[in-house]
Amino acid sequence: MDHPGFDHHTHIPGTTIFDGKMAMKGYALNKMCYAFNRQDNRDAFVADEEAFMEKYGLNDAQKQAVRDRNILGMIEEGGNIYYLAKFAGIFKLSVQDVGGMQTGRSTEEFQDFLQSQA
Amino acid sequence: MAKILGGITTSHIPAVGNAIQKELYDDPYWKPFFDGYPKVHAWIKANKPDYVINIYNDHGLGFFLDQMPTFAIGAAHEYKNEDEGWGLPALDPFPGAPELSWHIIESMVADEFDITSCQELAVDHGFVVPMQLFWPGAPNNPDMPRAVPISANTVQHPIPTLKRALDFGKALGRALRSFPEDARIVILGTGGLSHQLDGARAGFINKEFDQYCLENIVSNPEELTKVTRMELVEKAGAQGTEFLMWMMMRGALGDNVTEITRNYHIPISNTAAGTLLLECAA
Repeated sequence: MDHPGFDHHTHIPGTTIFDGKMAMKGYALNKMCYAFNRQDNRDAFVADEEAFMEKYGLNDAQKQAVRDRNILGMIEEGGNIYYLAKFAGIFKLSVQDVGGMQTGRSTEEFQDFLQSQA
Repeated sequence: MAKILGGITTSHIPAVGNAIQKELYDDPYWKPFFDGYPKVHAWIKANKPDYVINIYNDHGLGFFLDQMPTFAIGAAHEYKNEDEGWGLPALDPFPGAPELSWHIIESMVADEFDITSCQELAVDHGFVVPMQLFWPGAPNNPDMPRAVPISANTVQHPIPTLKRALDFGKALGRALRSFPEDARIVILGTGGLSHQLDGARAGFINKEFDQYCLENIVSNPEELTKVTRMELVEKAGAQGTEFLMWMMMRGALGDNVTEITRNYHIPISNTAAGTLLLECAA
């Protein structure tokens, strides 16, 4: 969805602006994660990840990022953190766990980083 | 006619709901946060609002990307929370106020704010956590007011501008003050302050910018309309855009407010937590 002359994107380092372009790119991935609001869907994913991803029509790059539990990869493929948080919920990951995973820190190091900004 | 008593802001971090459930009020990590609330409780007890307008942002429970309203107003008899993906317990429903909801909707659209009305709306932690913080045991608190939820989109860009949020609040204030009932209303602005959950910049917090926002939201909210949306993302973090809810709340209060209490603490979960209580002139 490229419209020359109409790029509303702004670059902020380390930050993905989840705009229309990303929302379209990540629609299937986010729709799957939205389904994780329900326990029966979380159970179905745990029982057969591949079948669940297929059902929601994830592309290969999205599937691989999910298999790898690669949060930055999922964001790159259009994942929005509010929906990805529901994916993280399946594995009982806290937002500090997820923060550490994205910044190459252990959870404790990530918590120390948060505290250092007080 | 109805009267706006004041506005209260608070962060609405999911972990707070968990801490409330476990009663961690005196835990060393949580105490500096929960210490911000007794003055709010005393004010609510003294003022006994009949209605609460809860301005929050849905995080992927009530709305998905298939249909994403920029501003949505609940118009239901009651509002239920639901599991958000990590096994949250279902609470009793929060009582709604559909006659006030429709009055607001009529007034807002007449005032050229084209909103989305919702006769069913599942409410997430953005709505529930502030209720639990301000009315302990909510919704089963004897002083629990009837609620009107208002959700603004901060999930997907383009999000509203800070000016639009403040103007929305001004129109909301006009709507509430014209409600033909001798009712007392409190307005919540929930979310923020600075935080970023996603990306290589996850964990970003900006104390200096938060203090700038806290100062100006009290006495000079117009100043904050100079902040562009991308500046807000840059300076408050990707999820710090929830500050828009504070702007919406503030707009409804009018020019003459008194600060009753304020609390600010880093970190709660990944967030700089802020609480503010502003009382409207009698």
